[in-house]
Amino acid sequence: MNPFRIHTGIVAPLDRANVDTDQIIPKQFLKRIERTGFGQFLFYDWRFQPDGEINPSFVLNQPRYREASILVAEKNFGCGSSREHAPWALADYGFRVIIAPSFADIFANNCLKNGLLPVTLKDEEVAGIIEGAREINNYQLTVDLERRTVTDSNGFSALFAIDDFQRRCLIEGLDEIGLTLLDEADIAIFEQRRVATSGS
Amino acid sequence: MPRTLFEKIWDAHIVRQVPDQPTLLYIDLHLVHEVTSPQAFEGLRVANRRVRRPDLTVATADHNVPTTDRSLPIADPIGAKQIDTLRENCRDFGIQLFDIDSAEQGIVHVIGPELGLTRPGMTIVCGDSHTSTHGAFGTLAFGIGTSEVEHVLATQCLPQNKPHTMLINVRGVLPEGVTAKDLALGIIGQIRTDGATGHVIEYAGEAVRQLSMEGRMTLCNMSIEAGARAGMIAPDETTFAYLEGRRFAPRGAEWTEALADWKTLRTDDAAAFDRTVEVDATTLEPHVTWGTSPGMVVPVTGFVPDPAALQDEPDRRASERALEYMALTPRTRIQDIQIDRVFIGSCTNARLEDLRAAARIVKGYHTNSSVNAMVVPGSQAVKRAAESEGLDRIFRESGFEWREAGCSMCLGMNADILQPGERCASTSNRNFEGRQGRGGRTHLVSPMMAAAAAITGHFTDVREWRFNK
Repeated sequence: MNPFRIHTGIVAPLDRANVDTDQIIPKQFLKRIERTGFGQFLFYDWRFQPDGEINPSFVLNQPRYREASILVAEKNFGCGSSREHAPWALADYGFRVIIAPSFADIFANNCLKNGLLPVTLKDEEVAGIIEGAREINNYQLTVDLERRTVTDSNGFSALFAIDDFQRRCLIEGLDEIGLTLLDEADIAIFEQRRVATSGS
Repeated sequence: MPRTLFEKIWDAHIVRQVPDQPTLLYIDLHLVHEVTSPQAFEGLRVANRRVRRPDLTVATADHNVPTTDRSLPIADPIGAKQIDTLRENCRDFGIQLFDIDSAEQGIVHVIGPELGLTRPGMTIVCGDSHTSTHGAFGTLAFGIGTSEVEHVLATQCLPQNKPHTMLINVRGVLPEGVTAKDLALGIIGQIRTDGATGHVIEYAGEAVRQLSMEGRMTLCNMSIEAGARAGMIAPDETTFAYLEGRRFAPRGAEWTEALADWKTLRTDDAAAFDRTVEVDATTLEPHVTWGTSPGMVVPVTGFVPDPAALQDEPDRRASERALEYMALTPRTRIQDIQIDRVFIGSCTNARLEDLRAAARIVKGYHTNSSVNAMVVPGSQAVKRAAESEGLDRIFRESGFEWREAGCSMCLGMNADILQPGERCASTSNRNFEGRQGRGGRTHLVSPMMAAAAAITGHFTDVREWRFNK
């Protein structure tokens, strides 16, 4: 996994609540058996018109947000299907951070496994960032995972919470499966105990 | 110390617990399907890892399979490759697969319970958000992403932070014509689509006790639509009667022993939940969603709401956008909404009881001339059982298509999709934009409500239905 320590980038505002993973990556693109190459399909039905032409009014198609690497959206981002293709598509497209007032559980978990940082901020902080990204050209934020801060160059600063273990995994780019395999002895003991008590 | 049902199951599966780290939780059953597993198996190969417990892993092909003639090759080459890849992976790693031509094939959340693989007290995961379905048996069952699928394949464990607990207590009994689906939609309408985020729900109360296992599965299935990590119901005589004699259920002395253990799986009287929600079953009506999120739902006697009445600005914008997508005008009577398609299927509502309820409605009637309707049984076993009761004949004679088992138009990965602008009464679980096909408009309802809409061509209150003998 790509480690994540600190990131500065342009912010794109997606002022919608309950953005579900079907929007992030529609089902017709889930047939691929690879982990890569999903960025081209990100927000497909919003980015492209039914005839395949680019939808110029969608935020990510506006030239000023083309280089955005931080996405800010409204509450319950990533709800619905557990498809990890959603964070794969966001990361492959070039996003490193998603900021919202709340995230769906499975989606947030999936992001963390892919070096994509979900940052939960207060409603008013998110509203401020959305406004900044709309009003100011090339509005940038710096997200510091070590210090758990989100800052801009105009004096905005917010603190976010993240589980310490997840933070360490992201910063060090740890292989979580490798970590669990270190507990092999504990797993084997657990299995033996279960067989002994269930008799099967 | 008194514990909730969730806490009892959680505690019994702790492999390792140290401060400031997630708990390492043991997984009793890992269900696998073709869409969310190929990258996980690939990850194992790259890291030269094995599947730790192939005997606790079961696979089927459901999301991407055609529901038409199975003897024909799959037309879509990319879809066919995904199913071939599942076959190869199951063969290479020694995992039991209920393949497309097997008598046991079906939607993963339908076949698990049907085969007796799902049993009280277990931890169950699957790379699918509707894994919450299995909680109907008093199991801790939740959806995971592909990285976690790989984690469970390699270690049979998952590092997990302990979720919060929520009790949803449903008082009274459901009126005639009001089903588990309506209860689920009513709850989501009440607590909203993020109302249970970070929580495991336990459903309790008289109305829940009276539900059949099929109804309980429908209710637990939709937990994810309220944002919950999982939903569960304490096992009781209904659960035990359902399980006894199933293919993978214990037998003889093992059954007796298991039963004694399962009877301890209930929340202790003095146990505390982090949150409690009270629901009144007696006033519930059949529900219909009007928007693009399952929380956008009203009773069938209601009207499409007016966003202008909403105080919250993001909610108002979301409602306006939803109405635009759904091509609906505020204050339209729900029963005046005309439909083009009907889909009876999905892991929410494609079990035998669902098909029986729908067949009772359509018997002796024909679908409206402007409606195209289909039934997709949840599994081949459901299909056979329905056929042996003659339900297929009732549906066919009424103008419904009768298909092979799979996820089908619930997510539209195969050829079963809505055309742009088509409006569908669907027994599935998600009415998201484009979920059933780009530009398609989905209204979530119960099987009875979907069946009635197929006949009349618009939403109709099933409580006033005239049944034919």
